[in-house]
Amino acid sequence: MTENKKNPGKSMTGSEILVQTLVDLGVTKVFGYPGGKVIGLYDVLDRTPGIQGILFRHEQGATHAADGFARATGMPGIVIVTSGPGATNTVTGIATAYMDSIPIIVFTGQVPSAMIGNDAFQEADIIGITRPVTKHSYLAQDPGQIGQIVREAYHIAITGRPGPVLIDLPSDVLAASGEHHPNEHVMIRGYNPTYKGHSQQINKAADMLNTARRPLIYAGGGVNIGLASEEITEIANRGQIPVTTTLLGLGAFPEDNPLSVGMVGMHGTWYANMAMMECDVLMCVGARFDDRVTGRLNHFSPNSKKIHIDIDPSCIAKNVAVDIPIVGHVKKVLPDIVKKIKPANTKEWLEQINCWKNEHPLKYSKRGEEILPEYVVEKVAEMTNHQAIVVTDVGQNQMWAAQYYGFKRPRQILSSGGLGTMGYGLPAALGAAIGCPDETVVCFTGDGGFQMNIQELTTAVQNKIPLKIVLLNNGYLGMVRQWQELFFERRYAMTVLSDGNPNFMKLAEGYGAVGLQAQKLSDVEDVIKEGLKIKRLPVVMEFIICPEENVFPMVPAGASLDEMLENGK
Amino acid sequence: MRHILSVIFENKFNAIPRISGLFSGRGYNMNSMSFGEGEDPETTRATITSEGDDQIIEQIAKQLNKLVDVIKVVELTYEPFVERELALVKVQSSASTRAEIMQVADIFRAKIIDLSHKTITIEVTGKEDKVNAIIEMLQQFGIREIARTGIVALKREFQK
Ligand SMILES: Cc1ncc(C[n+]2csc(CCOP(=O)(O)OP(=O)(O)O)c2C)c(N)n1
Ligand SMILES: [Mg+2]
Repeated sequence: MTENKKNPGKSMTGSEILVQTLVDLGVTKVFGYPGGKVIGLYDVLDRTPGIQGILFRHEQGATHAADGFARATGMPGIVIVTSGPGATNTVTGIATAYMDSIPIIVFTGQVPSAMIGNDAFQEADIIGITRPVTKHSYLAQDPGQIGQIVREAYHIAITGRPGPVLIDLPSDVLAASGEHHPNEHVMIRGYNPTYKGHSQQINKAADMLNTARRPLIYAGGGVNIGLASEEITEIANRGQIPVTTTLLGLGAFPEDNPLSVGMVGMHGTWYANMAMMECDVLMCVGARFDDRVTGRLNHFSPNSKKIHIDIDPSCIAKNVAVDIPIVGHVKKVLPDIVKKIKPANTKEWLEQINCWKNEHPLKYSKRGEEILPEYVVEKVAEMTNHQAIVVTDVGQNQMWAAQYYGFKRPRQILSSGGLGTMGYGLPAALGAAIGCPDETVVCFTGDGGFQMNIQELTTAVQNKIPLKIVLLNNGYLGMVRQWQELFFERRYAMTVLSDGNPNFMKLAEGYGAVGLQAQKLSDVEDVIKEGLKIKRLPVVMEFIICPEENVFPMVPAGASLDEMLENGK
Repeated sequence: MRHILSVIFENKFNAIPRISGLFSGRGYNMNSMSFGEGEDPETTRATITSEGDDQIIEQIAKQLNKLVDVIKVVELTYEPFVERELALVKVQSSASTRAEIMQVADIFRAKIIDLSHKTITIEVTGKEDKVNAIIEMLQQFGIREIARTGIVALKREFQK
């Protein structure tokens, strides 16, 4: 297989073949952290023009950065780490990418082939450990295979439902020489994702939408990944169909379009959740009826016929029975639906929705000079023209950013939706900024999550990345505290951070970043203004916010979507 | 209800753990799983029996299909199919029970493949319920050890 008698390839080491193949695939940035088993690989990388390694300060950070890079650019993020602890440190990042269908390729060093299985120094069965959270994985057993493995991994990562692929590299295989065959085709017998939808099903779906009185489109991350927001917008505009999105679907439909009903789910808008419950035809596109979206399943959208378009057949009919399943790529399926959509009479339905919007808007009430996080998000949005790439951490800060930024374009929000990984924000934002150096990247984070990967401030400073970090400091693990307030009689067990929080301004300074702090409402604008001006350095804008502000509306766990809390009661 | 899935996959590194890991990771039930080289030497056929309603089995089939190494998944449950299982049963025996044990084996068309002063080892092939039945019948003599292959099955081509 690797030795081609008639057409011998150039002899190169495994490391050289690996790096050359990455270059051939158009990879220019690699995120990682070195160690014994990959010294040689990094040595080659460093000497190869056109590709650059970026040192993070923790392998988890490097992996989230690759994820952020992939979400922002659509190209796979590449990670190289050493064996054992280097490899295990990537696991949370891989699982995060897996849950949200993000293409990353993680190269892990491994002990020499002959020592595998002997509990050698820094050995870990990383393929076994990551098996449930990777789309696929490889163990390189021969240097001559590496080129083909890398091409396959790249193909698998970005096609079909994207996802992480791991390649384990024993150090002897990297060091040995093999033949490099750069032009071999990728052909995987068992892997042929369905792109084109079934035409009869598509006709039926269009008919169903055309005859609906109360149709609703529910768009998920798949629309952002598949770049099909134009098609969604066209279907909505032509058929006068309102659109709600999931957290990962934000930006797939511009929120300033009057047909937008905003985000759905646990912290979705009142009107999106009500529309979900009351619609008569629900078209789900690139989403998966996650429990954070559906609320109590047996009372979810009880009166609707359902259309489900997804590239992954295993997502369809997993949680919710559907009437018209369509397996295919959104970019291939939606244009056919666009052609068949007719202007429909949905006037009454839209009036009903507008009525809900007026009666139950997203709202918060100002309290004197206290800074409210919702206001901070609104101000940041306004001052970045709703055009920044917004990266969030996890918790209340994430939900406020999702609710109040007002997203306008695809791939604009980067957030750990499926796994809900605290510590995601800062490194993912770095990855996005590295992938999109001309864009403003804002990272909303909390005083808890920020500290989970705070070491990456160094990476930002070292690489002169002008990241805009908005730290919403409430002195609590706020989202957990909110649940304690609502469901555990305000017993704040293990959620008080304020007693132990560091001085974030000194910390920023210590790392060589800029620190700006707002303690009262009237400081907010100035801090944002100044923060946005800073070039070539990351800035930490810390807002001391009202400590017990909550995220509303809220669908309590296990409740139905129409059983929302709008305030504490 | 019992379902039988026949799975053809490329026998690449780590393919079997990926298949079996799906069942533990996603909490799917699995009664038996057997592997062997398929008609094409680069492939392996797994025969998996599982309990569950149709919706769960459909999910299992879809998840199996999603694995990169898996080429084809066939659910045999609603098709005519032939199935066999092989079991080796080591039974305690003495001069006084030997004849009776051999008679039981005979009735089930099982073979005696090993004999000692204290044991008889019987090889039986058949559908799962037949294997269960002979084991049940042999229980009274005292069973020392059992090794079962799990079920293998293929679609039946002959149809009236
Ligand atoms: C790695 C990880 N550990 C624990 C949790 C559970 N969790 C979800 S939100 C949250 C609190 C986050 O606090 P903070 O970062 O201060 O954000 P806030 O909610 O206050 O905005 C916790 C602990 C998690 N999502 N991820
Ligand atoms: Mg907090």
